[in-house]
Amino acid sequence: MLSTYQYPKFDVVRAPEFSGGQTKRYPVVVVGAGPVGLAAAIELAQSGVPVLLLDDDDTVSVGSRGVCYAKRTLEVLDRLGLGDVCMDKGVSWNVGRTFFREQEVYNFDLLPQPDHKRPGMINLQQYYLEEFEVKRAQELPNLDLRFKNKVVSVTPQGDGATLQVETPDGIYAMETDWLVVADGARSGIRRMMNLDIEGKIFKDRFLIADVVMKADFPHERWFWFDPPFHPGQSVLLHRQADNVYRIDFQLGWDADPEEEKKPEKVIPRIKAMLGDEREFDLEWVSVYTFQCRRMNAFTHGHVLFVGDAAHQVSPFGARGANSGIQDTDNLCWKLKLVVEGKAPPELLNTYSEERVFAAEENLLNSTRSTDFITPKSKTSLTFRNAVLSLARNHAFARALVNSGRLSVPSFLTESRLNTPDDGPFSGDMVPGAPMDDAPMRFAGQDVWLLDQLGRRFCLLVYVNAPASLAANTLAQFKALASSAADGAAALALDVLLVSPAKTAATELKLLQDHTDRFAERYDAQDGTVYLIRPDQHVAARWRAFDAVKVQAALARATCNLH
Amino acid sequence: MPLNLQANFFEPGKRYFRAFTPGDDFYEALIDTHRDLSDEQSAMVNAKLVLLLANHVGDISVLREAMHIARKDI
Repeated sequence: MLSTYQYPKFDVVRAPEFSGGQTKRYPVVVVGAGPVGLAAAIELAQSGVPVLLLDDDDTVSVGSRGVCYAKRTLEVLDRLGLGDVCMDKGVSWNVGRTFFREQEVYNFDLLPQPDHKRPGMINLQQYYLEEFEVKRAQELPNLDLRFKNKVVSVTPQGDGATLQVETPDGIYAMETDWLVVADGARSGIRRMMNLDIEGKIFKDRFLIADVVMKADFPHERWFWFDPPFHPGQSVLLHRQADNVYRIDFQLGWDADPEEEKKPEKVIPRIKAMLGDEREFDLEWVSVYTFQCRRMNAFTHGHVLFVGDAAHQVSPFGARGANSGIQDTDNLCWKLKLVVEGKAPPELLNTYSEERVFAAEENLLNSTRSTDFITPKSKTSLTFRNAVLSLARNHAFARALVNSGRLSVPSFLTESRLNTPDDGPFSGDMVPGAPMDDAPMRFAGQDVWLLDQLGRRFCLLVYVNAPASLAANTLAQFKALASSAADGAAALALDVLLVSPAKTAATELKLLQDHTDRFAERYDAQDGTVYLIRPDQHVAARWRAFDAVKVQAALARATCNLH
Repeated sequence: MPLNLQANFFEPGKRYFRAFTPGDDFYEALIDTHRDLSDEQSAMVNAKLVLLLANHVGDISVLREAMHIARKDI
């Protein structure tokens, strides 16, 4: 099997612990080198926090598994230095089509707005993403990635944790100040710490097959309810890299998983779908069930849970890996500030609060999709089929067709890190909103807004005439931008000017909003200021710059407000 | 006013960032209304629902149009 992909086998290196000496203590240890643990380790390392990343295996994920990576994830991957390589290999798409029996009843466009750098979604086999991440991790000097290092015990302490690690060379002990747990749905560390994860198992089984074939299917997601080739059930088709297609067949709860995986059982199903004349090879087959559940809190003292270890959803909506990577995006800047003593550990409780909020939204949306796709009663099925019948001709019913609400970032509107508006704004860029992208011009080059933001908090200042900014205002911007020297709260900001005008160089970086998309999406007027978090969520905004308010909002966003 | 066939769900005071949310909120509430009922009980609930909503709409010409569409292709 698997003719299109050669699995790498990574080198296993003897841990330095075996060379004697005292038990080593690390600032941050991440457990699990899946797409989420790798993202956490890369982000921490490149923002200056040394990381040790442990994984119990020495290769990447077997089978395509997590396939769909959403726009927001691509924007995070851009910051990890991986956006382009994933885009180049992946299959970009925005359009999804839904069929009921033989007819198309509904289609959606994930990105109806123009002028965004990244598409709504790409399809990319999980093994490629992990391979790219491992390569990136190995480039970073302060990231120590150890394969075949399995954590066999964990003892949390007030200010960290002690671990026992099993390797081919034996077992060694280590200590860490912070432990990031990314060891997946069956998290061993969660179990060792006796922590609960609550929710429900859905009584349904699905067959997934990776099929290699030459076919000219468009770059779209196709979903069938009750198709003639698989009556009474649903089917999902995704095109991936290397002419590999992912086909997902709903089987029902009574299906025998071992029997259903046999090629003599799988191949006729695929032939019924594709027609007898189409040639294909079967690369990988799996039968899965899924659970919808989450931990009560993702922060437990100095142990921080991310990704599937903390929460699991149904696959409809691609909200698993995408939400895991967004967990790391939320966590890493907070952990960095805490490790560096620039924010109190309390900030890490807001990681849990904000990502529990996001997990709830993901659970809600994926559960609703599941209930629509696999109705649990005769009445539910009747309603579902009534919606699908009406959808062909009536817009209101199309809006109710739910074949998966695909991963989008949460608006963290309830977060205590936000500073509420003190004046009216229109549009969606409220405090807590994930930033919208916009095309910009910088020093004569076409660039994207999100690419221009660094790893620090950022003040975006919209001005009609940058050249006529008052000298004392400029001086205040510069003071904000250079690290103040008053102890723990010394947080530097980046200050970026945005202007519709094409202006000669100023002392501060200036982006030209040449299409007015920024002004439109951010409801920006002359003087409007946005305070942006390192994870590109809006923290605060005002109609006019006030250094005292900016400092207060920055303190609030970092739990430094006393 | 003719029968409104455009998406029309909302809840007063609630702000939506995603277009699919209000329709999904409604659909979940609808399916929840039927939770743990027998088929016969569900049919009774549905009949009552139609009567309640029909009275709320009031305009019989609108209701005739809805009844016509509902019966088509059955």
